[in-house]
Formats: sequence, C-alpha cells, structure tokens
Amino acid sequence: MGAIEAGCRYYFGYPITPQSDIPEYMSRELPALGGEFIQAESEVASINMLLGASAAGARAMTSSSSPGISLKQEGLSYMAGSELPGLIVNISRSGPGLGGIDASQADYFQSVKGGGHGGYRLIVLAPHSVQEMYDLTMLAFDLSDRYRIPALLLGDSVVGQMKEALIPHDYTAPELPEKGWAVSGKGSREKLNVVKSLYLGDGELEAHNWRLHRKYAQLQESEVRFEGTGLEDAELVVTAFGSAARIAKTAIRMARETGRKVGLIRPITLFPFPEAAFRGATETAKKVLCIELNAGQMVEDVRLSVGRDAEVFFYGRPPGAGSLPTPEELFTQICKYCEA
Amino acid sequence: MNMTTGMTKVFDRPLSLQDVQTHFCPGCHHGTIHRLVAEAIDHFAVQNRTIGVASVGCSVFLYGYFDVDVVEAPHGRAPAVATGVKRVRKDGIVFTYQGDGDLAAIGTSEIIHAANRGEALTVIFVNNTTYGMTGGQMAPTTLPGQKTVTSPYGRNTQTDGYPIRMAELLAGLEGTAYSVRVAVNNPKNVLQAGKAIKKAFEYQVQNRGFSFVEVLSACPTNWGMNPLKANERVGDEMIPYFQLGTFKEDAAKQGGN
Repeated sequence: MGAIEAGCRYYFGYPITPQSDIPEYMSRELPALGGEFIQAESEVASINMLLGASAAGARAMTSSSSPGISLKQEGLSYMAGSELPGLIVNISRSGPGLGGIDASQADYFQSVKGGGHGGYRLIVLAPHSVQEMYDLTMLAFDLSDRYRIPALLLGDSVVGQMKEALIPHDYTAPELPEKGWAVSGKGSREKLNVVKSLYLGDGELEAHNWRLHRKYAQLQESEVRFEGTGLEDAELVVTAFGSAARIAKTAIRMARETGRKVGLIRPITLFPFPEAAFRGATETAKKVLCIELNAGQMVEDVRLSVGRDAEVFFYGRPPGAGSLPTPEELFTQICKYCEA
Repeated sequence: MNMTTGMTKVFDRPLSLQDVQTHFCPGCHHGTIHRLVAEAIDHFAVQNRTIGVASVGCSVFLYGYFDVDVVEAPHGRAPAVATGVKRVRKDGIVFTYQGDGDLAAIGTSEIIHAANRGEALTVIFVNNTTYGMTGGQMAPTTLPGQKTVTSPYGRNTQTDGYPIRMAELLAGLEGTAYSVRVAVNNPKNVLQAGKAIKKAFEYQVQNRGFSFVEVLSACPTNWGMNPLKANERVGDEMIPYFQLGTFKEDAAKQGGN
C-alpha cells in the first residue's frame, strides 16, 4: 500500500514464504493503476528487472525472503555500483540455508554490511509495526531517489504478516532531484545517458567509489532515524530493532513498573546506524543490553558506537520454531543488569 | 551531393554509431555486427528512442560505440534488465547484445523466459564458440572436439555435452515471434545478416513481439588464427553445425509485452 501510494507502479518478484502476500497484493492492484507486475522466473531475474525499470527512471520494487535476497545480491551490487534507486523488501526467514520461516533477524549483517561484492552500502530501514511498514516504505523510496542508493526494508514474519491498525495518509512527494540520468532514448539530448558500473580508466573507479562513500557519509550525517525513550534517567539502555523491539518494549514497561530505570534505543535506520544516539546515551547510562532475534549481529555496531566506559551485553537466540523470546524472558534479562 | 566535386556520398558511418575507433581485435566481427545493428536503427529512424542493453564480455563497451542510451547488465541478465526497461519505456526500441557465454550459459534462464513472455525486445546473439574477453575458454557453443584453454584436449561431448543451438531452441517457444541464424563471414552473408537484423527491429517497431538474431562470428585471437583463416572456419566448421536459416517467423503475432 505504501509503495503504491508513493507512486511505485512496477513490481518484479518471485514467490517465497513469508512474503508472498506482497506479490499477491501487487498482482491484484497494479494492472488497474496502469502499472506492471511480473512474476519473474527467478530472484536473479526480478532484481535485474528492477535494475532495468529503475535505469529507465521509474519507481520500482521487488520483495523476497532471505534465500531469495541472497540470490539478488549480484543485482544489488550492480544497482549500488550504477547508483540506481529502488526498493527491496526482505521479510526474512531463519537460516542458514533453507532454515525455517520463523521470525528472524539473522540477515542483519547481510543487509547492513553490503551483502554482495564490492564494498557498498544500502539504505536499510527496520519497521517494527504495520504502520511503519507503510510509512517507511514511502520514506525508503524518497531516500533512495534522493541519494541514488538502493533501499532495503528489513522485516520478518512478525511485522510482515501481522494484522494491526493502520492509519493511511496521503503521500506527499518531497522535492527530489530530477532523474536526468535515466535512459529514455537520447531524444533531443546531446549527451548519451549510460547506466553502468564498469570503470576501467586510470583512477576512474577509485573516484567513483569515493563518490559513493561520500554519499554514505552524508547519509550518516543527515538521515539517521531512531526511537529513543526513557533515556534521560536510564541506568540501562535496551536496544533492539524490528519485531525484537516490540517484545523489548513490553519488557521495558515491566521493568519501569518495578522501578527499574531502563531506556530504549530502537534503530529505525540500520544503515545509517544511529551511532551518535548510543554515544549520547552512554554518557550517563553505563550499561547497554542489545536484544536480537539472532546470536548477535547488531551488537557489534552497538559496541562500536557506545562510549568507552559503557558495558555492552547481549541477549538473543538463533531463530527457529519456538525460539521467539517472550516479554517475561527479556524482563528476566533486564533484571540481571538493572536493579530496582 | 557535394557541390564542389559533383559526387554523391553513398556510404557513410551510420548515425547510430559514434565516430570512434573500437578496441576489437583485428578480424573480430563485433565491428561488422555493430554496424549492421546501427544501420537497422537508422533504417527505422528510431535512434532517439532506442535503448541498448550491454552484456558482459567484449561487447560490454557497447555504450562507447553506439550513439544511443545504454544500460549495462550483469553477466547473462540483459534480457531481464531489458524487460524492466521496456515495461517502463513502452515506446522505446530496446535491444540486448550478448555473447554466447553470456546468453547460452549463465543467462540461459533469462533469455528463455524473456522470449517465453514474448517481451517486445530484439536480441542480438553473437556466437563465436568461445569466451572472448576472458581468454578463450570453452563456451556452451564450442564445437565438439574444439580445443580451448579449458578444453585443451578438445570438447568432449561425453563430459561437456553438446553445443547449444539457441536460435532453434528459442523458436520452439510460443512467445518468440522471430528467430533466425545468420553469419558475417563473407559479403553475401553480411547482406543476409543485415536484412535479418532489420527484420528483427521491424518486429519490435511494429510491436510484434520477441525477435532473436544469432550471428555466427569469428574470434581470430582466441582461435589462434589470422582473420582470413577465422572467416574460413566460420564457413567450414560452424555453419555445418549451426545451420543458417529462419527458424520462426510469426508475422501474424501481435502485441508483445
């Protein structure tokens, strides 16, 4: 819904649980809007159709789940190298390999550290509610177009399949740069438009990479988003993203009700990572508990971000059937590091 | 007509080619095929709405030679990229230009399904029985017994399988409107190839679905032959296995995607 309201009229995908609701919805809605839906022969083909549609200047998207996202990495690297915008949704599953379809955050590394070859970054957004799935989809298109960097929405089967109240709203397009670089046929243009990632000339590729990295630095400067609550008096900062943050919020409420001074940092952008928020919060709170639906991934970025004398603890379980932690379980963990 | 000399210019560089030197090896047929494609684009006066999709291999430098907009695709994925481009730019004339490793090995899935969907694309498939850019390795089209750097004892069909005849294979798909194999090893064949490439573009200009031209071509460098010998090999060894001809011509087909 968010994608369609943000003007996306092109969807390319391949069925995989637990995200098939997205292609099903798009196949129903897009034709009536004059858009195009293609059920591609593979994840590899669908990311490359997205590459083509984006090169032609359209707002377009694909979606998949973990093993399918692995297949898309080649195309993602090319899109990153060719500075093409576009939305990729990962409603991730547990792994490695075929794994399972349970709620999982085991794709954090793959999402924020590049994923494919060549040393690039994606804009990575982590919704923790149906409302955010909708709102962040719109934001993802805007950021992606503004910076010409592919955007990845990272969810799991909890946020991907739950039913929850949603307040729809009109999409207001921000002022975005014209896509003067898109291929359209040269028309009356003097200069050809070429979308490519091959740079063989002396110094060309280094300059190209520095340009990309300046954009990543600018994202870090201007586009960090996070939810911070209870940080003013917090002795312990709990951090979690996506569906883990939903469970953590209940656990934090239980902690507050028992007089424990616990705050929350919920990264909404996983890249750019809210480094400054952690630095700021750990000026006073000296303990951080990172909770993830995996065996410890985001915690590495948390450790790099906190103040020098802050201690970072981790609680998480490798995902799989029956391994989603309960609020009580997380409350017990909080109690280990924060007394009433 | 030139008013000073009184002579008329009857042969010139096609408008759709840039006025630059190519990097291709002596005797390579890419230059000839580039020219034939450019002539077809000029013939239908569609240069301003043509978008090329380059593949990986010697032909990746398409954007340096054609005077049209170009997207560079990952290895084998040009038909998928072109699908995305064409679905957005429906009035565009979109062509891919792919070698045999690209199209008939790593990109087999993408080409078959683009053809099967009947995408209104034109695909130029250059078959020289080897991977040119990476140094002459065995390709899916390498002939039985042919020695390459990865088939040093000759292609053994018992272990390496058989050369794939793509033009026939794609002709078997309902979505394909036009599938043809041509060669550019002598003037007669070059003229035939030019006609076939024009027809392939005509299919797209008239929105009559997926068109495919396989062009048998020489790679003298990796074959270890001089250009004349290489031309002879196209006629003596390739054409007997990869027969020239039109394998599908569905002029009644209407409305590709």
